[in-house]
Amino acid sequence: MKITSPDFERKASKALHDPMLQKALSNIEKGFIAKRIKAAAALPEFDDLRDRARDIKNHTLERLDLYLEAFERRVQAAGGEVHWAETPDDARAIIADICKRVGARTVTKGKSMISEEIALNEHLESLGLEPVETDLGEYIVQIRGEYPSHIIAPAVHLTKEQVADDFRRVHGHLDAKRDLTEPTTLLGEARTVLREKFIAADVGITGANFLVAETGSVVLVTNEGNGDLTQTLPKATIVLATPEKVVPTLEDVDTMLRLLARSATGQDLSVYTTFATGAKRPGDPDGPAEFHVVLLDNGRTAMLGTEFQDMLRCIRCGTCINHCPVYHVLGGHAYGWVYPGPMGAVLTPTLVGIDKAGHLPNASSFCGRCEDVCPMRIPLPRMMRAWRNREFERALNPAVTRFGLRAWAFLAARPQIYHKINRIASLVLSGLAAGRGRIRKLPFAGSWTSVRDMPAPEGGTFQELWKERRAASTTESSKAH
Amino acid sequence: MPPVAKRLRVGLFVTCLVDLFRPTVGFAAVKLLEDAGCVVEVPEGQTCCGQPAYNNGDVADAKKLAQNVIATFEGFDRVVVPSGSCAGMIVRHYPTLFEASDPWRRRAEALAAKTHELVSFLTDVLGVETTGAKYSGTVTYHDSCSGLRELGIREQPRKLLKATGAEIVEMKDSDVCCGFGGTFSVKYPEISGTIVDKKAVTIEASGAETLVAGDLGCLVNMAGRLSRRGARTRVRHVAEILAGMADGPAIGETRGGRK
Ligand code: SF4
Repeated sequence: MKITSPDFERKASKALHDPMLQKALSNIEKGFIAKRIKAAAALPEFDDLRDRARDIKNHTLERLDLYLEAFERRVQAAGGEVHWAETPDDARAIIADICKRVGARTVTKGKSMISEEIALNEHLESLGLEPVETDLGEYIVQIRGEYPSHIIAPAVHLTKEQVADDFRRVHGHLDAKRDLTEPTTLLGEARTVLREKFIAADVGITGANFLVAETGSVVLVTNEGNGDLTQTLPKATIVLATPEKVVPTLEDVDTMLRLLARSATGQDLSVYTTFATGAKRPGDPDGPAEFHVVLLDNGRTAMLGTEFQDMLRCIRCGTCINHCPVYHVLGGHAYGWVYPGPMGAVLTPTLVGIDKAGHLPNASSFCGRCEDVCPMRIPLPRMMRAWRNREFERALNPAVTRFGLRAWAFLAARPQIYHKINRIASLVLSGLAAGRGRIRKLPFAGSWTSVRDMPAPEGGTFQELWKERRAASTTESSKAH
Repeated sequence: MPPVAKRLRVGLFVTCLVDLFRPTVGFAAVKLLEDAGCVVEVPEGQTCCGQPAYNNGDVADAKKLAQNVIATFEGFDRVVVPSGSCAGMIVRHYPTLFEASDPWRRRAEALAAKTHELVSFLTDVLGVETTGAKYSGTVTYHDSCSGLRELGIREQPRKLLKATGAEIVEMKDSDVCCGFGGTFSVKYPEISGTIVDKKAVTIEASGAETLVAGDLGCLVNMAGRLSRRGARTRVRHVAEILAGMADGPAIGETRGGRK
């Protein structure tokens, strides 16, 4: 996918001034957050589960090679094949080969952020294939020529009125006067349209929520059941996943599943949880003749052993995004690549480079709410800070910022000069306030005061007033003697 | 009150923002601590805790400023800070600045162990139930992020505020960031501005006369947006009310009220 993260500020500004987007985004705060609180509160062991899930992933990451090899052996034993892809190019080539070999024309797709990462749809189209997104949200962004703005709610940046307009535009063969005011009618219409595609599909591509080393199973959660149809109807199934999705046992999956939906949407469990193990066996009534798992690394294993390793625990629940005050006002597209919000602020620089994605870990107030809710207890702010450190080391942040920081730190390390300057600053700011208690426009930080006033200092610095008071009380007490 | 020799010797870390913007908060902190039986000193060598450097990747300068704070304050029995974010910086982050083998690590940990945010020091350490101040009127309390999530400050200020006679009306989402974030509001003023506007809307909707919080940075940010919106809400640091020093002009006001 094309990276527009360097253009973050301009895109952010556009998002802030887009009333339709702001309206759509207000649903996140109303919906997800309250539901998550309720779901977590109803499960007394929720926080213990978070600890266990964290430990399971940490354990797995320490022995990732062993579990991946075990997974591969199990997949092979179940009649499937695992393909190792280091780069997006490798993954695209492997998938294209499979499609070509089975003579595919239509390719159905379940939701997969990794396929966004490697711009799979564009690639398939360039080969003359027709990729069809089957998750409702993904389908909507596909017919709009957009990309997802949220990892679990791809079309959350849209209002249902916008979606109704798109459906009327694209589904021209249906009755123009039909009622499209309810989300359920929109879903029904998408289902009807997609049914033909499911049947026509030669290859089905999905992502994976978990890979089970013990059984070689691929676990997929959806709310629409589209993942099942994508995996079972075509001749060949391709699961596109990354190495860190592997967990040792089915029991571990159980621990993760109890956290995933509760964190993501506040459901106890997603509507569908699919365990797919290998190709169709003799005697099976249905299932794909070919079962492929493409494991794309794309920089992930390089995170092992670095300060970013903890990010590999992520189960893509999206709740850090749902709780992020910055995401709430920007939506996902401003972030400029596949992964938005706090998890994107950490992950995107590792995958596309801090030189391109530098704004992402900087555009955070470090409020810490993401870490507070992350089911996998990933220290997201700590890792955003690690990116800022690397940026500073490599002198990638703006020269004014660096100079300002250095100059300020120089003074702050010299208390006597610092206190004098504070006194002057207090006088200057009071002067600017001109007796009104607040400053409407700061000369050097005009954009700060474009939206808010700067309250004026009370007058005098604490240090100077404290000294005066101390001096006065010493004279008092010496007089008394 | 016990004799001076038995009383806790507390070093007050005023914070750079209180020093520059609102000395009253410093005096209120001194009063609260003295009333609670502490001997308070304000070392002159203090400046800033170093968050601007620390949060912008300038680790070398962050360390330098941390060393200054450590050296200035390590001789006290306790260190008290009228700010959740500066206290959080010392308590949670200073130790991480130094390698385990660095002798400064041990000194940073020792300082972290005896550093407290003002209100939590009064309640959690000294067991203060009431500060003795009287206040009538409605207040709404904003939970600043670091105080809340790094130091677990939530009920303590509400308890002491209630004891003054203040009526607390909760705003919606009091635990959501006000969009200040220190240098964040300077680097991304437009994003920060939109977040603080949403905050101001919820503050006004609470109907409270006064907005109270424990961090001056957040207060300056929210007061700035409220006054730009033309809201009538007054804004004060929690220490001012708890110390009975809330009769002067509120943040962003002059003696005659808002002009
Ligand atoms: S970082 Fe945590 S909260 Fe965010 S998507 Fe990953 S698991 Fe969920």
